[in-house]
Amino acid sequence: MDSAPSDNAATYLGSNTQTLVKVLVAGPFGVGKTTFIRALSETAPLHTEETMTQASASVDSLIGVRDKVTTTVAMDFGRRTLTDDLVLYLFGTPGQRRFKPLWEDVSRGALGALVLVDTRRLGDSFEVIDLIEESGMPYAVAVNTFDDAPRHEPEVLRDHLDLDPRTPLVTCDARDAGSAVDALIALVTHLLTDPPDAAPEAVPDAAPEAGLPSGTATAGDGGR
Amino acid sequence: MSGRRSERRLVPAYMATGGRAAPSRNTFDRLTLLSAAGGPLPGRLAPAQRRLAELVNGGPLSLAEAAAYLVLPVSVVRVLVADLVDLGVLHARAPVPRAEQHDPRLLERVLSGLRAIR
Repeated sequence: MDSAPSDNAATYLGSNTQTLVKVLVAGPFGVGKTTFIRALSETAPLHTEETMTQASASVDSLIGVRDKVTTTVAMDFGRRTLTDDLVLYLFGTPGQRRFKPLWEDVSRGALGALVLVDTRRLGDSFEVIDLIEESGMPYAVAVNTFDDAPRHEPEVLRDHLDLDPRTPLVTCDARDAGSAVDALIALVTHLLTDPPDAAPEAVPDAAPEAGLPSGTATAGDGGR
Repeated sequence: MSGRRSERRLVPAYMATGGRAAPSRNTFDRLTLLSAAGGPLPGRLAPAQRRLAELVNGGPLSLAEAAAYLVLPVSVVRVLVADLVDLGVLHARAPVPRAEQHDPRLLERVLSGLRAIR
């Protein structure tokens, strides 16, 4: 929070910039979201400070006590110019349900989300995956390969995380730009081949129209 | 850009908007593309409005970047952007041009752009 780049000259967009697209980099604290953003971003990651005012949810009995809690959350983000006129923004997004209003604001217009997972703390990722699924946003899961983290077979991870067979599961090293790009490529490929409206929840196995047989085979080896 | 402190602000953020919590319209996204309309700045801008106008005079930026550089909450910058658009100081454009919004080629362009930087 004290590293605000306010004294730095701004890094402006190119004058031909037409289109700004957004991908969320979601996950629990400490999973490597900012590392991932830093690896890919052409500027040092920036952050906005968000003030969250929450009506007290579960402590209604304390009548007369303050009924609002104000929290400040720092949201890291970065950007990468893809072509002269197209710029990709990556927004680090915390996974806790209590940040849901913030989540909804940040996710508006996003192409999709990349969920970072730490195999040492798989349970920490359940909440964020739930939030994303509720929002209907398409996503891919990237296991950030910390050096001392246990390696699991993709099927085991899928099972633990209760992933849809079509949801890509890749490994990545969030410190490494090439590896981070590969994870994003897996996500965007998924967006192209499994558009969300082609897979509404209750429809039993809608035929894969476009003929690209990607879906179920994407597990595991997308990382490097 | 000239030696402003990066510590806690002395004036609460909501004062930057003159106490208004909501922008005059509700269409500004974090990625709304801001650019200067050109021409001299009106003399009677509030300090926060002036800082935003001067920042964007340097070149185009997303709204989120402007908020980060100004160390102001996004909600506050939304209000300031609306003010400055109303005053004819700023242009604000949707992040994805209308024609591209439901165009699958946008994803293809993102994909090939990612492959190119790999």
